[in-house]
Amino acid sequence: MLLTTIVLSLREIRRHMLRSFLTVLGVVIGVAAVVTMVTLGSAATKSVQSQIASLGSNLLTVIPGQGFGRGGGGPPPQPFKPEDVDAIRTQIAGVIATAPQVQSSVTAIRNSANWSVTVNGTSDDYLAGQQWSVVDGRAFTSADEEAGRSVCLIGNTIRTNLYRAEEPVGTRIRLGDVSCEVIGLLATRGQGGFGQDYDNTILMPYKAVQRRLTGNRNVQTIMVAVDPRYDSKAIQDAIRALLRERRKLDADKDDDFNIFDTKQLSDTLSGATNTLTGIVTAVAAISLLVGGIGIMNIMLVSVTERTREIGIRLAIGAIAREVLLQFLVEAIVLASLGGLIGLLLALLACMSLSLALHLPFLWLPRINLVAFAISALIGVIFGFFPARRAAALNPIDALRHE
Amino acid sequence: MTEPLISLRGVTKRYGTGPNAFEALKGIDLDIGAGDFLAVMGPSGSGKSTTMNILGCLDVPTDGAFLFRGVHVEGISRDERSLLRRRYLGFVFQGFNLLARTTALENVELPLLYRGEDRKQRRDLGMAALERVGLERWANHSPAELSGGQQQRVAIARALVTHPDVLLADEPTGNLDSQRSVEIMELLTDLNQSSGITVLMVTHEADMAAYARTIVHFKDGLVEQVEHGGRA
Repeated sequence: MLLTTIVLSLREIRRHMLRSFLTVLGVVIGVAAVVTMVTLGSAATKSVQSQIASLGSNLLTVIPGQGFGRGGGGPPPQPFKPEDVDAIRTQIAGVIATAPQVQSSVTAIRNSANWSVTVNGTSDDYLAGQQWSVVDGRAFTSADEEAGRSVCLIGNTIRTNLYRAEEPVGTRIRLGDVSCEVIGLLATRGQGGFGQDYDNTILMPYKAVQRRLTGNRNVQTIMVAVDPRYDSKAIQDAIRALLRERRKLDADKDDDFNIFDTKQLSDTLSGATNTLTGIVTAVAAISLLVGGIGIMNIMLVSVTERTREIGIRLAIGAIAREVLLQFLVEAIVLASLGGLIGLLLALLACMSLSLALHLPFLWLPRINLVAFAISALIGVIFGFFPARRAAALNPIDALRHE
Repeated sequence: MTEPLISLRGVTKRYGTGPNAFEALKGIDLDIGAGDFLAVMGPSGSGKSTTMNILGCLDVPTDGAFLFRGVHVEGISRDERSLLRRRYLGFVFQGFNLLARTTALENVELPLLYRGEDRKQRRDLGMAALERVGLERWANHSPAELSGGQQQRVAIARALVTHPDVLLADEPTGNLDSQRSVEIMELLTDLNQSSGITVLMVTHEADMAAYARTIVHFKDGLVEQVEHGGRA
């Protein structure tokens, strides 16, 4: 009987194709909007997280200088020294890797070709913290670092532009005025989250960069990789206290350095995405509500229009429950069909938008299932009142209805 | 005499309450035997439609007794009346009352749907009923594609498909020309005689009533006269 009722309601919906479609438009739009937004939101979050993971998971970056938005004035911030890096490495618990960074932009020259690159003077801890590896050749050792040898690791973009098919490891490359031995090729990392090209980087022991390129002992930033089992906040506080002491800041002075946390960044961005998803979902929920009212409206019209039919059904022996079920099933089937169309639209929208926005394409079974269930539920809720009205009709009056 | 199929005893029907109350039936006594062909006649407001509604279990008497197959049914519930109609009664209306945009066969199958018959059974019984009224070739046509006489025959097939004890026809020829009317009356007569179905028919026209075995005249909410004989 239930199956028959579903078949009958499908037949009834097919008879009023246009009207049925317009009726469920609200549900279609609501479902499509919710599913698309939640899916794209997840994709965006995932993309942001993977970009931040590509920065190295749970990294702290310590930069000299006062907080943003303070305006200029005052002496330039005191830079870090290599001893600060050693202090963090040896005195703070829960730190996996600590690496100084001394950066310099130079022109790399190989034979007659030249290419603009960023030289990053650091230690081998940097590769560990960034979860970056050397695919060919070797990383530099602490001996290289101590001696400040002129050795370097090059990224893939540099290899492509300066070496073409040639094997880079073992060759020499000129960085500005400095000649340098290429001892390894870095794994390809692609673009960072903020547009910079990781593969256009040359890594050198920081002492070599200080001595040969920058000419001082300054360390521009310190990268600290935190053990995920430790509380990042506590470690930040410990580093802050340590650096304040080392920089001899009085208690009433503000910090003259900043600590950035990639995890915090990731949380902030995910939070923004979640807020946006929440807002659009709320709007879509209103659309679903309006869609439900639309269904109720049309079902009421349908009941009035089909009063005679209901009279006939009652006269030939349909009981109230069967008439109720018929109209209820019709509303549910209608709303569910709307939900299915909405899911299909959402799928198409997600496919094209993820292409357009350079996001990974996702299909989330849970949100699809939930949205479909909600559309069916709308059918139940908004179909019940019209169906009950149909079931309560008096057969004699219904048969006389014009 | 055997027990009648249907008995009304002192049946009244009152609409409204207090000073505005209108008494449509003022005490009807009527016995209808199984296999009878009964025509109900009378002017508008005489109570004949109200009586038919009560006999068809579409309405309930205000007072009095209604026995169907010897069982009191005047007090049964709405759903019980539905089930009684489903099991024992078939209806034919003046306006045919077929479902539009639904084929003749689907219309005829409708009562079987509520009986829970399976697809094949519905089809077989539906086709048999259409054959009985001579419309098997029109099974897949919608009512709009059929003439009035054909539509009424589809409606009769729909009433017949469950093999009811009683066929209630409310002015079945009211919307038809005389040629089609005669065809419908001959079909009803045939059903009454060869299948033994009890036929209760409301009509305004004396020449249609003439097909019946018994003619009951209503006037002012009372049975004025019962005429036996007729053509049958």
